[in-house]
Amino acid sequence: MNSKLPTIVKEFETQILQEWTKNQLSQMGSTDKISESELKSESQQFLNLFQISLQSGNTSVRQSKEWAPIRDYLSNLSRTRASQGFSPTETATFIFSLKKPLVARLRTEFEKSPAVLLEEVTASNELVDALGLYTTEAYQKGREELIGRQQEEMLELSTPVVKLWDGILALPMIGTLDSSRTQIVMESLLQKIVETESEIAIIDITGVPTVDTLVAQHLLKTVAAARLMGADCIISGIRPQIAQTIVHLAIDLGSIITKSSLADAFAVALDKRGLQVSSQRQKTALRGEVSAQPPLNH
Amino acid sequence: MERIPILQMGEFLMVTIQVDMHDKLAMSLQDDLTERISRKNAKGVLIDISSLEMVDSFIGRMLSNIAAMSSVLDARTVVVGMQPAVAITLVELGLSLKGVRTALNIERGMALLQSIRSSQQQVEDSPIEQPYA
Repeated sequence: MNSKLPTIVKEFETQILQEWTKNQLSQMGSTDKISESELKSESQQFLNLFQISLQSGNTSVRQSKEWAPIRDYLSNLSRTRASQGFSPTETATFIFSLKKPLVARLRTEFEKSPAVLLEEVTASNELVDALGLYTTEAYQKGREELIGRQQEEMLELSTPVVKLWDGILALPMIGTLDSSRTQIVMESLLQKIVETESEIAIIDITGVPTVDTLVAQHLLKTVAAARLMGADCIISGIRPQIAQTIVHLAIDLGSIITKSSLADAFAVALDKRGLQVSSQRQKTALRGEVSAQPPLNH
Repeated sequence: MERIPILQMGEFLMVTIQVDMHDKLAMSLQDDLTERISRKNAKGVLIDISSLEMVDSFIGRMLSNIAAMSSVLDARTVVVGMQPAVAITLVELGLSLKGVRTALNIERGMALLQSIRSSQQQVEDSPIEQPYA
């Protein structure tokens, strides 16, 4: 390859860098996501790597090992940009804004021979485009990794079955219920019922944003399965809007005990187990009364 | 031919299913159990299915049939120790075993039968109220 681009970039690195950063700053407008000096150092690092990779003469940005440092740098950059809250456009602009100073530089160099100029401009455009696309892809990949990780974490977090009391389990559900999640929830609840021999399970749906017919169906199935095993279910944490939807959708929850709060459900559960909660203070007060008044007065 | 043993405990009968239920076995259990209830005048039936790992719709229906038949013969049925997988399967099959009482283990099942029985006896023993007397 007899392109002059590598030599030109090497020769005019500082000028290109200056124009490039100026370009980026004007395109981004006033932003507080990144400081000017930070941008400058990032640009400088990139241009330096770019220049070194260019000297190899290899133009296959995606595969060749000469471009590996640049690829690493770009994927790192897009990942940090994604976490800094940059939009995909802003991230891609970082690379694409390099076009203008490059082309301007080529123009001054090859003003005399338009044919060579065209060739060089096309070549440099292709290079920058490939880099830009790579950046966007890396940005996307970073995003997808994040989403995947969050989804996994959510699945792990979402199905804790907690023991409230001897023989009383609670299942606080958080997030949207779909078939696969409900299956996991159902299985872990039933398994826990067997393990702890609990007679009562409270399903708390305070954290469930919406209840549609499908979700209600899942809930009813869970309750029916628990009943078959010999445990009673109480559904608690039904918000007013959800109560309205349930009635509008004509879902029959008649055979299930429903309570508006977990505390109410717990009270019912204790009652069913023949237990009761009493205040320590009231008890001592009563005892005090009894001791203060001699039984003869009665 | 193998049969499922039916044990007697006072006025209750106890059935423990410990082998894979096939249809013929289920039918013979149904026959034996109804016959035994009427002969011994049993007041309750406890079916332990804790070793049952798998059910199909036939077995599910058989369980609810047994409950219905016992009820006709004046005996209450309690199914105990159902495994989670079995419960899920039955629910997915749409068999919620209405009219069958359930308990977590044999102990609780027995307690349930006894409490049903004692509440029945109370009703039987209590003199008929005479509202206008």
